[in-house]
Amino acid sequence: MSDRRSELTVSLWRGAQQGRYQTYKVPWRENQTVLDVVTFVQRHLDPTLSYRFACRVGMCGSCAMTVNGRPRWTCRTHVASVVKGGCLEIGPLENLPVIKDLAADMRPFFDKWQRAKGAFVPSPTRNDEIEHIRPDSTARIAADAAIECINCGICYAACDTVRWNSDYLGPAALNRAWTLVNDVRDGGNTERLQAVAASGGCHACHSHQSCQELCPQRLNPTASIAGLKRRTMWAYLKGEI
Amino acid sequence: MNVGLYVWQRLTAALMVPLVLVHVVVIFYATRKGMTAADILARTRGSIAWASFYGAFVIAVAIHAGIGVHNVLTEWSPLKERSAGIFASGFGLLLLLLGARAVAAVVLP
Amino acid sequence: MTARRLTHRQSVLWIAALVHRLSGLALAIFLPLHFLTLGLAIHGEAPLESFLRWSDQPLVKLAESGLVFLLMVHMLGGLRLLVIENLPWRDEQKELATIAAGLSAVIAFILLARLF
Repeated sequence: MSDRRSELTVSLWRGAQQGRYQTYKVPWRENQTVLDVVTFVQRHLDPTLSYRFACRVGMCGSCAMTVNGRPRWTCRTHVASVVKGGCLEIGPLENLPVIKDLAADMRPFFDKWQRAKGAFVPSPTRNDEIEHIRPDSTARIAADAAIECINCGICYAACDTVRWNSDYLGPAALNRAWTLVNDVRDGGNTERLQAVAASGGCHACHSHQSCQELCPQRLNPTASIAGLKRRTMWAYLKGEI
Repeated sequence: MNVGLYVWQRLTAALMVPLVLVHVVVIFYATRKGMTAADILARTRGSIAWASFYGAFVIAVAIHAGIGVHNVLTEWSPLKERSAGIFASGFGLLLLLLGARAVAAVVLP
Repeated sequence: MTARRLTHRQSVLWIAALVHRLSGLALAIFLPLHFLTLGLAIHGEAPLESFLRWSDQPLVKLAESGLVFLLMVHMLGGLRLLVIENLPWRDEQKELATIAAGLSAVIAFILLARLF
């Protein structure tokens, strides 16, 4: 950094759906993350600030916030990589109701997960043989490529189709549905394909790829959704859904 | 957008790819030749081939544009699903009627 | 609450989607006019001929090549989507979107050159 100042000017969203950005001055330190900055404000400047975090090492996804216009994990975002002219603007995740300050209400996100039938439906009984899953089978490779989602909500916050269409299930829910569609052990695929083929399902996706671009786990919900489009189209044409 | 609308929109899109390419070639040909209305109509009048080509084009574009307009309305306007559907269907019908009239105008002897 | 400076909207693919949508809307508005113009031939070749003469002006020729650009960019962008949705995933989407826009511009420019 050529323009090294000793302090950051940090604007944090205060309030709920209505509110305003409030500015704080935070000492600028080496290797500071955005989460460090928010924590400093809450501990030393303003104890009324509400924010969410847990592991602080990039495993849980709880600390996701909007930082200078992009949804990111704040614990894995170095200030140096996002600061603009010594300033940071931090708000809660977009496309979700705001509980308070930097904490967004994740319930709609998980509701849509359920609506997309993103839950495993067991089929065999204890009397059946254990299913042999080859890790190099096409279906398992497709499922494995999408399975590492930790429900952080960044893709959902980034998606403009979510913003424009309140019915849209969103990239994470559909990505999860895709992993289950590819799980040969799952017994709920007819209902799942019907769920993602309905209005607000996979066909609402416009392939902007904001989800893929911003996913910290490097997942590609756009590709998963494209897979769902193929599966539902053929199921529809064959009269299965 | 659901699977039914999606299938119709993507199918008409795929059908229109060769139709659009031929149409653009026709535009290039007609402009190079500096064709007059009389030249054009001499080729199209009484032609089953042009009638089929542009007839198919009109039907496909009416469906495709109608669904597209529906998508834009549900995402970018305050209209709800039902009203957007009515408006979009009306627009598709308009395209179908005006398009059929245009094809008839240039094809009927 | 409004989001300020959503920076992912500077992405090539987001812009490609916007161009796809706006070109579709522009074509949808243009089509009824196009059909009405062709429908002039119902009254014989003279009304259509006088329209063709009117359209000989430079600004109209510019508009016509603009329309061809919109048609090509909408189709090529849509073709890119059909490939995403029906063929195995390819990573080079930004490159494909840029090629689609570039090719459309070239074709429209060639038409413009021929019109003058």
